[in-house]
Amino acid sequence: MVTGVSSLNRKLLRDLWRLKMQVVAIALVIASGVALLIMALTSGEALKETTNAYYERYAFAEVFASVKRAPERLMDKITQISGVKRAQSRIVDIATLDVYGFAEPATARVVSLPSSGRPALNQIALRQGRMPKRERLDEGVVGERFAAAHGLRLGDQISVLLNGRRRAVSIVGVALAPEFIYVIAPGSIMPDDLRFGVVWMNRDALAGAFDMEEAFNDVTLSLTRGTDPDTVIEKLDAILARYGGVGAYARDRQISNRFVQNEIAQADTMALILPAIFMAVAAFLTNMIMTRLTATERDQIGLFKAFGYSNAMIAWHYVKMVLVIAALGIGLGFGVGSWLGQYMLQMYGENYQFPFLIYRPGPQSFAIAALVSIATTLVGSMTAVRAAAALPPAEAMRPPAPPVYRRSWLAKTKLANMIDAPTRMILRRLGRWPISAAFSMLGIALSLAVLLLALQWHDAIQEIIQDYFFRSQHQDVSIALFEAAPERVLHDISALPGVMAAEGQRIVSARIRHANVSRRQAVIGTTEGATLAPIHDVMQGAIAVPPGGVAISSTLADVLGIARGDAFFIDILEGRRPTASVHVTAIFETYMDTPVYMHLDTLSRIMRERRLMNLFHLRVDPTQRPQFLAALKETPRLSAVNFRKAGMQMFRETIEKNIMVFIGFYTIFSCSLAFGVIYNTLRIALAERSRELATLRVLGFSRAEISYILLGESGILTVAALPVGIVCGILLSGYIAEQFSTELFRVPLMIKDATAGIAAIGVLLTVGICAIIVRRRLDRLNLIEVLKTRE
Amino acid sequence: MLVLLGPSGSGKSTLLNILGGLDVPTSGTVRFRDADIIGTSESNMTRYRRDHVGFVFQFYNLIPSLTARENVALVTEIAGDPFSPEEALGLVGLGARLDHFPAQLSGGEQQRVAIARAIAKRPDILLCDEPTGALDSETGLLVLEALERVNRELGTTTAVITHNAVIADMADRVFRFADGRIERTIVNDDKCAAREMSW
Repeated sequence: MVTGVSSLNRKLLRDLWRLKMQVVAIALVIASGVALLIMALTSGEALKETTNAYYERYAFAEVFASVKRAPERLMDKITQISGVKRAQSRIVDIATLDVYGFAEPATARVVSLPSSGRPALNQIALRQGRMPKRERLDEGVVGERFAAAHGLRLGDQISVLLNGRRRAVSIVGVALAPEFIYVIAPGSIMPDDLRFGVVWMNRDALAGAFDMEEAFNDVTLSLTRGTDPDTVIEKLDAILARYGGVGAYARDRQISNRFVQNEIAQADTMALILPAIFMAVAAFLTNMIMTRLTATERDQIGLFKAFGYSNAMIAWHYVKMVLVIAALGIGLGFGVGSWLGQYMLQMYGENYQFPFLIYRPGPQSFAIAALVSIATTLVGSMTAVRAAAALPPAEAMRPPAPPVYRRSWLAKTKLANMIDAPTRMILRRLGRWPISAAFSMLGIALSLAVLLLALQWHDAIQEIIQDYFFRSQHQDVSIALFEAAPERVLHDISALPGVMAAEGQRIVSARIRHANVSRRQAVIGTTEGATLAPIHDVMQGAIAVPPGGVAISSTLADVLGIARGDAFFIDILEGRRPTASVHVTAIFETYMDTPVYMHLDTLSRIMRERRLMNLFHLRVDPTQRPQFLAALKETPRLSAVNFRKAGMQMFRETIEKNIMVFIGFYTIFSCSLAFGVIYNTLRIALAERSRELATLRVLGFSRAEISYILLGESGILTVAALPVGIVCGILLSGYIAEQFSTELFRVPLMIKDATAGIAAIGVLLTVGICAIIVRRRLDRLNLIEVLKTRE
Repeated sequence: MLVLLGPSGSGKSTLLNILGGLDVPTSGTVRFRDADIIGTSESNMTRYRRDHVGFVFQFYNLIPSLTARENVALVTEIAGDPFSPEEALGLVGLGARLDHFPAQLSGGEQQRVAIARAIAKRPDILLCDEPTGALDSETGLLVLEALERVNRELGTTTAVITHNAVIADMADRVFRFADGRIERTIVNDDKCAAREMSW
């Protein structure tokens, strides 16, 4: 006998032990929700904290601008813009790299370092080696990932093609920088550490190469606290306009930061939706089990009250039980969740380049998760606990009145005579308690929906890959020139060894404006009859080039609030920087980015230029690939080289590394959800009917026959839950896809029949496993014991 | 008609459960028509119960979701040569309440449905554990009358457990139990009809 434990508490412990499997099943669902919540909250928090600390420590700028060429003396004027704290001019360009042992040409962003001292803004985090020495024009620091991908070490040399002039640069340092947390080549959608990197060199070296003595082509600013970036941007643009400025932008449009912020936003979304589903189901399960428990303990409740226990004491007794279940779930969820949070942050560390990762989750996330789960389970048990507390003792000690059944109109038909008694029992029960049957059905349907949600990601990603890399693109390689060239360049490029087909486009920086919404968005000028990289709509495939107007992606159209036929403004941010009013002639849908297309002639007319091109899509004869690559390495002023296959491979690898792991987690979580719901449904059905089933056994029914009565009911509910679950899964996936879509990416709602089938089979398997467990209990049913007691 | 009398804990129910194939003795054998029913497989026990034994319980144990007729049909559907549910309910005097659910019947009526359900398969043995235990004397007598009629008209061997010594008057033989043993067997040559008894 344990001393110090009140008898009521001892009853509590024994009840918990008796119901242990059900308790564990509910605790698992709570734990899944808590783990998901903690994972999302702590990893989001850690990512935010890491990013902010990184930005702070390495003086990440707040306003960014590029120009063609501006004199250094302009910096005085820029520094005097009110609200500007510090300003840093730089030379930033694209260079083609030839790395020993790598057949393809790589490109890199080359960024100048001040000839003396540390940069005022966008400092670099040296990971190895040192900064280039003053006056040394042949020393460089390379990005960490690029160095690692190529196995480059300090002292190694790479050949850098700077503005057509080849220079051997020796690597003296390896570094990271806050502006390159996410390193992505222009025109590509995923980081590719082999083909795109960053190289920092002394400003003098780049000034010589790019003809920028006493001049700059890139300026970044930090602002005093509370300054609105837009007012500074406006003034900066005015200053830079005549020097070929292509429009300043704030941190929120800086490409690397945009991806990071996008990731943080997604973590926040994750913290909301999925845990909410798990918590709702946990509340539902608690309700189910507590209602059942207080119903079976009616006479005991009456007895306690007869002894003088107060209503509050009775209520507290059952609340404690709920709290124990919640505590189990919370404890398990804390462990799994913080492990997952750390794992998630490591994953961020692999995709995003940070010199350090800060994971020190505050008590906040844990407190939120704990409070949410306690609140949901308490809400779930409230009706049952209240009913128990309110039960008058005399009534409690009388057995509840037997349930009243009625013969439905169906029972009077001929059909009813063909149904055997066990089936009739199943149908009558379902008809007698349609609401509890509907809830059980809904519970199973929800677990199917969550499982479907987890599995459909795979389909969605396959669809993105199919659409982006196969249906919309047919070239082998795309190359971009730093400066647009007359159309005849297309002939030169076609003449490169191995080129079988070539198409040219013009891509220019622009700002798209409508009403008071504006977006920086490159505009692509294309020609009719393009087959390698046509304008592509997700549904219709290639669509015609609009002769006069503009074809705009539906996402951008939504952002700007424009429809077909509407007029809007395009501010071209290059050349003569014209502004034109244009009409939407076509709206098309894409999964990535928000492209805008015009006919090359229309674009050239707006720009008041000849037909110039700077983006080329090529098909290359695979047998002549080495010669083609060698020729590319000698081509000056290439700003980007993107291989479709390599891009796809990168995409696949990255996705597989990240998302597939999480699909695995979510699958496990949804299975625990399905198990929790189905096992509890079956166990409660068994508890409620053990007396009836034992009677039938005594009357001569076999185990199989009584199993049919019990499991048949669950079978019917499961079968009914399948279509409902699939519909819920589609709605849920659609909702999540919508929540996850950004201007960068849209996740399509794509569920293959086979995926729905697999999810359904998963749920059926779970039902099967639970049925086997329950069937074993059914076989051990104590016939005599059950019959002696009155209900 | 046998009556098993004795204080609680004296082993009446255990014997009944063993005879009915619900429980297994720690030692000894139980034979039914020259065949062992103990130690055989679970499905043999099920078949034995299904084909030969009828049970009546103190708390009726009707299926609340089935009507009187359907509760009886539950057994007739799996039996070899049963009465129709209507006949069986007629035998216990419930021919007029065929389509009532248990919740719509009185305790005595529910117990008579249970008897009808037990005899509908024409069992060789009818085992009744305190069939009147939960009923007042008047309804209890109605139930006993039904048992008596079944015993007389169908010749079913009927064993009734009771605390109520008065009921022993209607038995052919009475077993008195004490401490897990049959203490005394009384052959009742002068049994009286159920309606002549009162308590």
